[in-house]
Formats: sequence, C-alpha cells, structure tokens
Amino acid sequence: MTPTQEFLKNLKESPQHIRDSMLLVGRLPQTDRERSQSTFHNLFLHMQSVRTHRHSLKFAYTFGLGLILTASFVVLTVTGILLMVYYKPSTDLAYQSIKDIHYVVPAGRFIRNIHRWAAHLMVVAVFLHMARVFFTGSYKRPREFNWLIGLGLLVLTLGLSFTGYLLPWDQLAYWAITIGSNIASSPRELTEAFGITKWLDVGGFQKQLLLGANYVGQEALIRFYVLHVALLPLVITALMGVHFWRIRKDGGLSRAESAPAVPARIGERDVAVFEPTKTYGLMAVVRGRTPVVGRAPEGSVPSWPNLLWAEMAALMFTIAVCLVLSYFSDAPLKEMANPAIPENPAKAPWYFLGLQELVSYSAFMGGVGIPGIVLLGLGLIPYLDRDPRGVGVWFGGPQGRRTFWTSTAFGLASVLALLAFTVNFGWLRAWFPTIPQIVIIAINPGTVIVAMYISWSLWILRRTQSLRMSAIALFTCFLAGFIVLTAMGSIFRGPNWHFYWWPSLWPVH
Amino acid sequence: MQEPTRRRDFLGLAALWSSIAALGTAFAGVLRLPKPAVLPGPLRVYKLGDAAQFAVGTSTRIDAGNFFLFRDERGFHAISSVCTHLGCIVAHQEDEGFACPCHGSRFNEQGTVIGGPAPAGLAWLEITTAPDGQLQVNAESQVTQGTKFQV
Repeated sequence: MTPTQEFLKNLKESPQHIRDSMLLVGRLPQTDRERSQSTFHNLFLHMQSVRTHRHSLKFAYTFGLGLILTASFVVLTVTGILLMVYYKPSTDLAYQSIKDIHYVVPAGRFIRNIHRWAAHLMVVAVFLHMARVFFTGSYKRPREFNWLIGLGLLVLTLGLSFTGYLLPWDQLAYWAITIGSNIASSPRELTEAFGITKWLDVGGFQKQLLLGANYVGQEALIRFYVLHVALLPLVITALMGVHFWRIRKDGGLSRAESAPAVPARIGERDVAVFEPTKTYGLMAVVRGRTPVVGRAPEGSVPSWPNLLWAEMAALMFTIAVCLVLSYFSDAPLKEMANPAIPENPAKAPWYFLGLQELVSYSAFMGGVGIPGIVLLGLGLIPYLDRDPRGVGVWFGGPQGRRTFWTSTAFGLASVLALLAFTVNFGWLRAWFPTIPQIVIIAINPGTVIVAMYISWSLWILRRTQSLRMSAIALFTCFLAGFIVLTAMGSIFRGPNWHFYWWPSLWPVH
Repeated sequence: MQEPTRRRDFLGLAALWSSIAALGTAFAGVLRLPKPAVLPGPLRVYKLGDAAQFAVGTSTRIDAGNFFLFRDERGFHAISSVCTHLGCIVAHQEDEGFACPCHGSRFNEQGTVIGGPAPAGLAWLEITTAPDGQLQVNAESQVTQGTKFQV
C-alpha cells in the first residue's frame, strides 16, 4: 500500500475511528456487561453506580425530588446562559434589557419565563426533598455529612433565587436589595444595644461587603450579578458533585435494613441473593463499606437503562412543568426602581415571606437570629439523633406517624394562636412604648414560637424517651410554622403590613 | 540524642512553609479586595432654595434626599423618611405621623417609634443656610429630636 493509498483509506475510515476512540468500549453497548463497562468508562455516567437497588427506583419513596432538583438546575443553567446574552448589569440599562428580552428578543420572554418557573420549582423541590430525607430517616449514619451538604445546597438555592430576582432592577429588586442589605447590617441592632458598634461593627461590614458602597447602586448590582452568574453557581455545582458522590459512597439511597431480600436481575433472569463467598482484600485497608459487600448484588438492577429512564423521566417532567407554566404565566416585571417610593406593601417572592413576617417583629432576630438557629438545629439533627433504627421507613414507623400528626396539630395551633394574638393585641412596644430594643430582640413572636417548638420537642423526648421522635416533633413543628408564616406574609398582609383577610379588602389609595 | 536536621529536610521544610506563607498572604489579599476602600455615593447635601417658599404650617416631601421638611411657628425641621428598621421609605400622613409600607413600623409626628419593629426613631437632619442664602439640609448629619432651625 502506498502512502497515498494509506492516507485515503485512513481518511475514509476516520469517522469510524473517531467514534471508536470516543467510546472506550468501541461501540454502543449491547449487553448488560457492556453497559456496565460503558457506565464506568464514562466520566458523566460513572457518577452513578453500575447497579441500582430496586428500592431506590420506587417512586413513592423519593418522588424523584432529587432528580427534579438536578433537572431544574440544568434547565436554569441553560436558560440562564441564554439570558446573559442580552442582560446588561447596569442600573441604567438592566431594566430596559429585561424589557428587551421580554418584548424584542426572539423567544426571550419564553426563556425568561422558563428560568423563573424552574427557579420556583427548584425552591419547592428543595424543601420537599429535605422533608422526604428527614421523614425517612435518611440523614442517619453513614449519611450525616451528606445531610450537611444538602443543607448547604438549600441555602445556596435560596441565595441564587434572591440574587436572581434583584437583577431586573425593578421596584421588587431595588427594595429587596435595600431590605436584604439592611438585614445583613442588622447585627448592629445587637451591638448598638450593648454599645459596642464602634469597635465591632459586624453588621456594617457585611452591608459594605454586599453593597460595595453605603447606598444601593451600581456597585451592589454588579456584586449581586457576579454572585448570581459566577460564584454561587460554581459553588452549588461543586457541592452537587459532592452530594452525588456521597450518595454512592454512603451506600446508595437509604432503605430499611430489615426489608426482605429481593432478587437481583442479572441478564434476563432474577437471581436470588447470595452471600459473598470471597473476602474483598481492599476492605481490610479501606474504612467504611461499599454498597455491595455483604449484600452482594441483592435487589439490584442495572443502572443502564433502569436508572437512566428514571432520570430522563424526571428531566422530561421538569421541562414539561416549566414549559406549561411559562406558556400560561409571564414572569413579573414591576415598575422601574424608584429609590423615593417603595411599593405598598413591598413583598418578597413567596418563599421569603415567612422571613419577612419574622423580620416585621425584629430585624435581627427575624433576619439573622432565627434563621441561624434553624440552620444550626437542622445541621445538628443527624449528630444528635444517632439511633440507627427506622432508617428508610417513613416516619420510622407507626409511633413516628403519630408524633408527626400530633406535632403538626401543635405546630399549626401554636403559631396560629400566636399570630392571632399579635394581630389583635400588638406586641410589647404597643403596651410599653419606652421598652428597650434588646427586650424586643429577645422576646418577640418569632422567638416565642421557636421557644414553644423547642419545649414541645423536649416534652416529646421525655414522654417517648426517643431522640428520633423528638427530632420528628421539632422538624414537623418548624415545617408547620414555616408554612403558616409564609401564608401569613403572602395572603394576609396588606398595605403597611397590616392584617387583611383577603387582598380584595385592601384600601384603595 | 536528637539527630540534627539534615540540610535536605531543612530546605524542604523551608520551601513548604514559604509556599504556605505566600499562599496565605495571597489569599488574605484576595479576601481584602471586596471590602471597598472608597465608598462611592452621591453628595447627600441638598439645597432647597429660598426659605420663604415654604409656608408656615406646611410639610414638604423632598424625594431626592428622602426626607420631609416641616415649617411651623418655631422654625424648620427635617425628618428623614428612611425607616430605621430595614431602610424602606416611610409615608407621612398629616397628624397621624409616619408609617412604613414594608414591615409596618409607625412613628409619631416627632419621628418617635410608636409601633412595629423599628429599633429607633426617625433621624432629624441638620438644616443650615448655604453661603448663597439657600436653605440647605445635610442628610448625613443628624441633630437631636426637637432641634429647630430659624431663618
């Protein structure tokens, strides 16, 4: 063969060779064995294990919430990059560029709507996901650390939402930045009360860091833009990687240890569980366990195609929901930012209205103190409740289900009673006008409800002698409180943050 | 007896620690960057023109400076409209005082808190006469409640 012939032959065959070199196995896999090989030879597929437990694929156990979260993050990334093509992070141009995206850019309105709906979906799903993981006891050993990572992801999701709705520089954006940055400076309330602001001004420092100035303007917009499109997405992507990795390393999704053994499907046959007959040398030097050792391939099916189908279904579901909502409902854009007049009432998006209600009692406690206590409490749950029983069972069994219902009742009743009291009779300052601020910081409806919930949880602990029940009680109460406060802020607060039964009763002005 | 440190170990450790020191310093520098050295912002001193244009017994909202200017028999006073709670702009209603739309703080005519979450009363701002004779309010400078300015 002459060099010319060889050249032509190679040129002709090059598409085939490029494909071969791209796929390590050499062709699209045909058998389970080849699919397994393809899975662990591929950077993206090898995030998941080759085999998945049948229990993990049960819809009623996970509701696919983690997958929906991942899918909505993918949707957000794609639509976010498209929006960046036209968005201009400048106080003079931002609002107009959003208008352009809405009215001029081809498909711009649709892409912006999808971005907004996917963000809402992600916030809903992140709360539901946390509740699912909590109520199935999936935070217990060895998954404690992954619960912490998940908590970080929750905070980052809310952070991304917050920084996102600031960017259009409309009335919502401007006043949200104003309120947000003042919450960041609210530790001043505390330092002021002790008279140490001159030496230790945490609040002022945080505010300067966020705004880059003493007022809300161009510097602030650029900072929030950088957070929204660069820093927070990078961090959340990294943490998502760790989160997925730890799911694998912690033995896959949680399931009840006592569950009856299910046969594995290998090839076309179901194979009964077998005990491993050989020892795994690596196990002697590596601490911890891998999912298969000791339980063999019990109950598992190949991830390709079973898990891939589930993932594709979640992605399709997420996209479908976003598309339908985006078709029928446009993302809001209020009037251009006006530093002279806030809207009345000036409301944040729904997921922050519970916080806004708390902030309306005390800026520091509602904005920093109580969220801090809640996050700390959530983070400590897996380290305080170390009882390994009841993992993978909803509420850990009938007793837990009872605790859940009684705690729901207590959580709802107490927060409703407290809100009714506050709306009707006001709070300390209405009775003692000269009361020092530090008393209000310490005793306000927000701190009272937290104290009530903690006492309830301690009482459950005494009565049941079970840390798990106590944790369920506390978590359920806080969930109930969160929902009631959010509803309060969304529906029942009107102009000047007064109570109204319905928005149609708001005074016309 | 302790073995003397070998030259190779010493040089290795020295290199390691200088790397750590260099990275630490660089990291501190990186962290220092986002804290602004200069705080940009508009000049918050507002010239309001001739004092005579404000009749006795009136209140005027100055949007640019986010404050209200009052004039009564005893003189002028300016009250900031920035809520001390979380920075929203309060509205003024004659004889009812000030109300904040964001979280429901309420203040009386003198700017004292009478309800809601605000930790302190509304600021009274310094009024002076500018060299050109105009009435001038410095929104960065606070005076004690009750201070009146006579022309």
